[in-house]
Amino acid sequence: MYRYDTYDQTLVDERVVQFRDQMERHLSGRLGEEEFRPLRLQNGLYIQKHAPMLRIAIPYGMLSGPQLRRLGEITRRYDRGYAHFTTRQNLQLNWPKLEDVPQILGDLAEVQMHAIQTSGNCIRNTTSDQFAGIAADEVEDPRPWCELIRQWSTLHPEFAFLPRKFKIAVSGASADRAAIQVHDIGLRLWHDDQGELRVKVLAGGGLGRTPMIAETVREDLPWRHLLTYLEACVRVYNQFGRRDNKFKARIKILVKALGIEEFRRRVDAEWVHLKDGPQTLTQAAVDAARTHFVEPERRTVSDDAIAAFEKLRADNRAFSRFVTNNVTEHKVPGYKAVTLSLKRREHAPGDVTADQLDAIANLAERYSFGEVRVTHEQNLVLSDVPVDEVEALWGELEALGMANPTVGTLNDIICCPGGDYCGLANAVSIPIAQAIQERFEDLDFLYDIGPLDLNISGCMNACGHHHVGHIGILGVDKKGEEYYQVSLGGSSTDDTSLGKILGPSFFREDVPEVIDKVLQVYVAQRHEDERFLDTYRRIGHKPFKERVYA
Amino acid sequence: MPDAQLQHTQTLIKMGQPEQDEWALSRIDDALPTRRPVIVPLSLWQANADDQALAPWLSSDTELSDELAGQLASAPLVAIDFPAFTDGRGYTLARLLRERYRFEGEIRAIGDVLVDQLFYMTRCGFDALALRDDQHLEDALRALGAFSVSYQPAVDVREALFERRLREGNGHA
Ligand code: SF4
Repeated sequence: MYRYDTYDQTLVDERVVQFRDQMERHLSGRLGEEEFRPLRLQNGLYIQKHAPMLRIAIPYGMLSGPQLRRLGEITRRYDRGYAHFTTRQNLQLNWPKLEDVPQILGDLAEVQMHAIQTSGNCIRNTTSDQFAGIAADEVEDPRPWCELIRQWSTLHPEFAFLPRKFKIAVSGASADRAAIQVHDIGLRLWHDDQGELRVKVLAGGGLGRTPMIAETVREDLPWRHLLTYLEACVRVYNQFGRRDNKFKARIKILVKALGIEEFRRRVDAEWVHLKDGPQTLTQAAVDAARTHFVEPERRTVSDDAIAAFEKLRADNRAFSRFVTNNVTEHKVPGYKAVTLSLKRREHAPGDVTADQLDAIANLAERYSFGEVRVTHEQNLVLSDVPVDEVEALWGELEALGMANPTVGTLNDIICCPGGDYCGLANAVSIPIAQAIQERFEDLDFLYDIGPLDLNISGCMNACGHHHVGHIGILGVDKKGEEYYQVSLGGSSTDDTSLGKILGPSFFREDVPEVIDKVLQVYVAQRHEDERFLDTYRRIGHKPFKERVYA
Repeated sequence: MPDAQLQHTQTLIKMGQPEQDEWALSRIDDALPTRRPVIVPLSLWQANADDQALAPWLSSDTELSDELAGQLASAPLVAIDFPAFTDGRGYTLARLLRERYRFEGEIRAIGDVLVDQLFYMTRCGFDALALRDDQHLEDALRALGAFSVSYQPAVDVREALFERRLREGNGHA
């Protein structure tokens, strides 16, 4: 994984010094709240409902053992011994003290971590595919490209005060696991007939109040122009994005208002001047970035070991369930990627305790070359586990409560912090997730329902990505009461679609019942082996609506 | 009488050093002050372009065309206004003036110019910073040197860090 050199380290260290100075000026009254606000946000610091919240960046979702342990220490020393993984490969602390934050950032810098640009109207943490580097369908490892983008976007002098936040996601596989169609800019890496790497550039996707699917700005950008082209896109946005209304300030509104042709024309007019400039990538620069993401030294796993793994899977029902749901194919025979489920009723989706962070660090070092990936579904992945060690790992995960064999099912809910923590919330979201998990606990039922994305957001900022859940739940506020709107038919993968609202919203206690009715329609109407989403697309909204509002 | 409403910068930093400001600033569109030298709205400057003791200021929504850039080439200085510190358009304007149009004179940041923007402004080509009145000079001078390294090329450094690393053969630890 990427290791800082002296330049990277100097920059994060100087950032800590700068923020300490800003915090001191703020606490002494020299820097007012209004002026301090964008500075603290660009260091990940929110002022929330009950306490400040600190959002820490996990660039393209990669963490090492020492980093996990440091995060555990930080949650013990400065917080309440747990933390929350978000849907954008970040980690949030819910209870830090304002005046401790510079020190927390200092502690993070010691393990090559930071909270730079995890919030605010700037270019945010670049996200990617949790199976980068190991997926069988990968054409190009996106991580070196994400790292080049991270560097380009970090403290970019021109783009620290954009009209609104700006999120970039990169996919290098044939199946999109980075939700590139719902980002401000989505990038897909592909190879042309000559084997040259090209980049498809999408712009104007996003969720929130006005969800939109991105449009294509350029199909076949040659890789060397990636950064100059991104600079042209963001510059056009910085100049022409709306600043008069924050609800209309995202790039999606600009792309829609101009039309994709005009947006492209302006980007190209800008790019003419930037193209071939000093930001043009060279083979040597890309190769240097790639040296940080080399293949680990995997051992050969014998055919006997692979056969034994398959036999165990056939003989042991519980193990089989775990493998079917939580273990993913690897491009190298004899290796698997294992997903650690952070979804269990006792905790909010995506929450981990300090002890679990330590334990995960140990497991990563023992089973998977010391690295962990964070998924946008709020789980973790050990990406390189030999098949003959999967059983042992499974046992350890069971003991830690992270072997819930429900990844990808209705129980694997994506959920924002909602009204329990977040100052912007209309309604709570965690208790809704827990009520649904409690109601649909039976594994046979969950497996019968099959792959199902259920996403919950506590307000229309959509941090829980409810628009792209097969079933989406949104907290709404009606005259101070919490209600929930249900939508169906969303998806965040290659067949990206936005869910359609089912009808009038529901009381909190009725939500599990509503989900049950929706599932009853699916079970009655599905064709054999048809996913919920496909049944919905085939039969449409009406049967669900009729059943739920009968 | 526009002279009565002239603004005078209390703290001006030029090329990294505090300096006494000889220029006044007028934000009134339709009347030329008598005081010289003075920075006036772009349209007034354009109407009186042969007066060398006048300089233009650009609003943040200015679209910098080739024609406008050509006119600005003869200005003694160009000021760019920050109507609010959260308005980032001025950074792009400064870069365009410097990098695309090769403007070599003074580019001055005016308006909501705060300590914590100065590092970015300098990188984008501003060489004169007219601080908002409530800002402290010593904080500003410290903030200018906040970072000794940058990833991106800009007006100050023309080489991307990824190129510098290769040139220096800097091995990663
Ligand atoms: S979706 Fe709304 S409630 Fe949930 S975390 Fe985001 S802003 Fe807060």
